[in-house]
Amino acid sequence: MTETDETNIKIQVRGLSKVFGSQPKKALEMRNQGKKRPEIFEQTGQTLGLSNIDFDVHEGELLVIMGLSGSGKSTLIRCLNRLIEPTEGDIVIDGQNIPSLSEKELLECRRRHFSMVFQNFALFPHKTVQENAEYGLEVRGIEKKSRVESARNSLKQVGLDGWEDAYPSQLSGGMQQRVGLARALANDSTVMLMDEAFSALDPLIRKEMQQELIELQHRMKKTTIFITHDLDEAISIGDRIILLKDGEVVQMGTPEEILTRPADDYVARFVEGVDMSRIFTANSALRPVRATARESDGPRTVLRKMSDNGLDSIYVIGRDRTLLGIVSVDDVDAAARAGKDTINELIQNDFPKAGPDEPMNNLFAMFNDKSYPIAIVDDNQRLLGVVVKGAVLEKLAEAGEH
Amino acid sequence: MAIDIPRIPLGDGIEGGLDFLTSHYSVVTRGISRVTQSGITVLNDGLMWLPEWALMAIIALICWRVASWRLGVGAVLGLALIWNLGLWDPMIETLTLVVIATVVAVIIAMPLGVLAAISDRFYSVIMPVLDFMQTMPAFVYLIPAIPFFGIGSVSAIFATVIFSMPPAIRFTTLGIRQVPKDLIEAADAFGATRSQKLIKIQFPLSLPTIMAGINQTIMLALSMVVIAAMIGADGLGSEVWRAIQRLRPGDGFEAGIAVVILAMLLDRITQAIRKPSKKTS
Repeated sequence: MTETDETNIKIQVRGLSKVFGSQPKKALEMRNQGKKRPEIFEQTGQTLGLSNIDFDVHEGELLVIMGLSGSGKSTLIRCLNRLIEPTEGDIVIDGQNIPSLSEKELLECRRRHFSMVFQNFALFPHKTVQENAEYGLEVRGIEKKSRVESARNSLKQVGLDGWEDAYPSQLSGGMQQRVGLARALANDSTVMLMDEAFSALDPLIRKEMQQELIELQHRMKKTTIFITHDLDEAISIGDRIILLKDGEVVQMGTPEEILTRPADDYVARFVEGVDMSRIFTANSALRPVRATARESDGPRTVLRKMSDNGLDSIYVIGRDRTLLGIVSVDDVDAAARAGKDTINELIQNDFPKAGPDEPMNNLFAMFNDKSYPIAIVDDNQRLLGVVVKGAVLEKLAEAGEH
Repeated sequence: MAIDIPRIPLGDGIEGGLDFLTSHYSVVTRGISRVTQSGITVLNDGLMWLPEWALMAIIALICWRVASWRLGVGAVLGLALIWNLGLWDPMIETLTLVVIATVVAVIIAMPLGVLAAISDRFYSVIMPVLDFMQTMPAFVYLIPAIPFFGIGSVSAIFATVIFSMPPAIRFTTLGIRQVPKDLIEAADAFGATRSQKLIKIQFPLSLPTIMAGINQTIMLALSMVVIAAMIGADGLGSEVWRAIQRLRPGDGFEAGIAVVILAMLLDRITQAIRKPSKKTS
């Protein structure tokens, strides 16, 4: 989601279309005349699976492609590695245009760039967990020893060490999909394709797997394309979301963009069911801090800063902007009158504090009697800004409108 | 009222074709004949060389290992009865023919079955051929076998291979086609080649079905080998044949019971191989 990702495009999809049927040309002609999927089907019997899809996949991001069944999302992900032949369009990965690859080049491309996780796991029942995890490497002809090692490694990553010799049928659904994930990870491909990977799991396991995927993805920075029909899932794991409807892209953006600015009624209706206060995080209501005191400042300097900015309390930060605490104007004033030259003993810690990813509905409960704002700090306790009550209320009201 | 349409000389045509084959390809047929005959001799002599009790012990051991100790006991009892009836040597001759015919049939059937599974066109060609092979009365195969390979065991094997091959082909095709599509897709997604898919995924997964086909092939081979006594094949069939000619129902039944025992042993053993041990499934 950071700005630098924008420049590193891993896959570029341009004008991708897929027609199911024997006369794709005719269907595409009708499409170019502005006809839609149902009309084309009625007149030609051809199904326009995908129509003129354009998007980029950024290096290291988790891109979610979302849509209801029949929206073309499964077709789209399969066009990327040509499990389904696209009818027209370009899919460029690292300078290679996938639709124009020969049979042999395609195999090579699949082996190097893509590994896939399937909705119904698609584990090989006659192979052990270990052998399943090795599969991608086996296909590539990697020698047994290093194959075993990478497979073990990736099984460990998904929490399956100790299960190497079991057969898939002996595992629960969640564990089977972990094997599917390990099989994809062991392959060390540059892109991971996940086709409704968690849809067959029960809700609790599903949440758990989503969390693990997010962690894994943060750790390994693997470019991941994740397909789902579930908006909640899309929002909780996606860096960006592409919304598909009837084989066309309806909207593309970060989860928050899609939630706050739905491109049309279709997206809006989709978004309706989502609990917005859960989606908005502290980050979206973050305000910069007007002034801070340094721990080395004397009482008079601090008083000056406060009166200049109209504050009756001020955050004290150390070196590297680490937040040490807060001092109130009364205490500092008293210290100044008493002729003290440090504010160290005045620093208090009874103020609310949260991370930037804290959901908005949690923030609301944190405002305390003293009406301090909530300090937002990062993992290293550095002060990023504050969230004031008004901003939270405003965001929640905004969410309520949808 | 006779309509004057000339009779289509179908039989003449076939005979002409067979004559052509026998006269022009006798080198080939004689070669096949020699190889097959020596195969029969080696296997037969080998099995004969073993003392009866030793072979019984080996078969019983196989039964016990792949199936159950009960089948092992059954094998000992059944084989002892055959020995006691003085039908040991014909039983060995029959077993030899069955084994060789089955091996040849399976070797030919496997690639054909795989091909029919991969190619829809080949499938649509071979299926009617298989129907033809299976519904043609078994005796008919005996007739062209004689001009090709002469009277005796080689002809018997030729006819048996043709007669018993279809299920091995059918089940191989069926087994490979039944491998779930999502597994094939997974293999494709990881960049598996066609042969990698075949050897590592499709073949192992269809093995139980293929074994069922081989089991059928063995059973058909056994029934054909008995019939092949009519063209001079040795074994239990010729005992039955002789009993018919001499009108001795007792002898006929004795030989028949020996065939049943052999059939049951072969069937149970191959079925047990088909269902692999529980712990790996």
